[in-house]
Amino acid sequence: MYTQGLDQAGKSDAAGAETKQQLEAFQARIDTEEKIEAKDWMPEAYRRTLIRQISQHAHSEIIGMQPEGNWLTRAPTLKRKAILLAKVQDEAGHGLYLYSAAETLGISRDQMVADLLSGKAKYSSIFNYPTLTWADIGAIGWLVDGAAIMNQIPLCRCSYGPYSRAMIRICKEESFHQRQGYEIMLTLARGTDEQKAMAQDALNRFWWPSLMMFGPSDAASKHSAQSMAWKIKRFSNDELRQKFIDVTVPQAEYLGLTVPDDKLRFNEETGHYEHSDIDWQEFFDVISGNGPCNEQRMAKRRKAQDDGAWVREAAKAYAAKKLAEEAA
Amino acid sequence: MTPDAALIRYVTRLGDNSLILGQRMIELVAASPELEEELANANFALDYIGQARMLYTYAGEREGRGRGEDDFAFLRPEHEYRNLLLVEQPNGHFGDSTVRAVLFESFYVLLLDALTRCGDEGLAGIAARAVKEVRYHLKHSSQWLVRLGDGTEESHARTQQSLNDLWRYTGEMFASDDIDKIMRDEFDGPDLNVVAEQWRKAVAAIVSAATLELPEDGWMASGGKDGRHTEHFGFLLADLQYMQRTYPGATW
Repeated sequence: MYTQGLDQAGKSDAAGAETKQQLEAFQARIDTEEKIEAKDWMPEAYRRTLIRQISQHAHSEIIGMQPEGNWLTRAPTLKRKAILLAKVQDEAGHGLYLYSAAETLGISRDQMVADLLSGKAKYSSIFNYPTLTWADIGAIGWLVDGAAIMNQIPLCRCSYGPYSRAMIRICKEESFHQRQGYEIMLTLARGTDEQKAMAQDALNRFWWPSLMMFGPSDAASKHSAQSMAWKIKRFSNDELRQKFIDVTVPQAEYLGLTVPDDKLRFNEETGHYEHSDIDWQEFFDVISGNGPCNEQRMAKRRKAQDDGAWVREAAKAYAAKKLAEEAA
Repeated sequence: MTPDAALIRYVTRLGDNSLILGQRMIELVAASPELEEELANANFALDYIGQARMLYTYAGEREGRGRGEDDFAFLRPEHEYRNLLLVEQPNGHFGDSTVRAVLFESFYVLLLDALTRCGDEGLAGIAARAVKEVRYHLKHSSQWLVRLGDGTEESHARTQQSLNDLWRYTGEMFASDDIDKIMRDEFDGPDLNVVAEQWRKAVAAIVSAATLELPEDGWMASGGKDGRHTEHFGFLLADLQYMQRTYPGATW
């Protein structure tokens, strides 16, 4: 998902000063579905897990503006342009609330941005794929936002209060995004042969990367068990992925599009779709920096940061001058 | 030219200003110096695209030939776009786009305000909505101009240069042509001489608050209102029109 890099993050060295009693009392609060708030005591590992997860989510929103922003100047109608612009603006807004939610855990936005730019922090692998046609904007809304919602709805019940509350608003907006994406696909599917081909091509390219958004299979996911116990995570990667496939395949059928998986079939007994194995090598390549657009996305983010340095300095200098004037 | 024909061309021209500035601002998405500014830029660009839609739709209705907003936005040749040269200028750095916004918006807010009192009800209604949006944009862009002008030595120098570079595109805003005259005489539209005076005062105040120097009035570029654009414009249109030109007649 937007925080799939967590599953590879590795170390979780809890601070030694935490007593068994404190940890048990904390877990008891979690077990009774109490929300943990910013000023409450929490285990260091819980705090760090949340900082990683929320900041990765925020970074994903910010980097995610790029593949869609790629079609803003070329959107085919004024209505589509306005809708896409509003959507990209929502993503900037999501980034902003999420950075703020993470800041309640004692890390600054500047630090999180520095970690993104240095490559220390991750963002979702999906945004390292290119948007080559207008249909990709439809596919992103339908599949990528659709997959994001699957993961994010349970996060509205996450044990950490500020994150769960931010997710409630984000999910409402994501749901609009998903519908606008599907509506683009529907329009293309009912359009000319060229438009239908464009829609099919977008599905072909975005299907597997969308499934990878849920992160590695449960067997390979290192942090899932602890996150589940802390109620940061409510469902496993594979459960959410299956739920997404079950919901999405009939939508593709309704569009008259073919899901690019020869082994896809509905199992009457389980009530679920079965699918081919996911190419995890591709997933690990992309999250470790070797996707089609990793370099490009980071270069653009760094350039914006560098180009804006003199502006931020000016704003700071001006604010300091005004403060000094007021004090005088 | 009949008053009606002039009104349609006037409304289209306003739509062109909104669309082209909106398009330029859209190019800045994911490149802002601060996340808060990312939101502001997208929000304001959205206002401009919205204004273009209202204005083109209204022009199409008045024209009565079945043209809709997208016909105006995407399917005209370059010389039929009549926006000011100022709004098509490339974004440059943050100081350039801020100066462009201040110069245009301080003019546009006066123009729209006068249009809220014009004799054409449809246009007055659109102006009433747009003026509220642009007033807010201007507040934002002016605050940035002041921060940049009165910020660091570097920001001061860069922004003064932006102001000097873009000043030549301000004369065109007040050069009254036949369409402006018909709007004034037949529809109680804005008197551009009056707008020019008010604009000068407003801009002088912002520039002074920013500790910058108002450039001397030298040679002024013109042509946008007649459809003669700068070289930058063709590339902007190529991008804007790409889908409509590549897939004629498709529904999106």
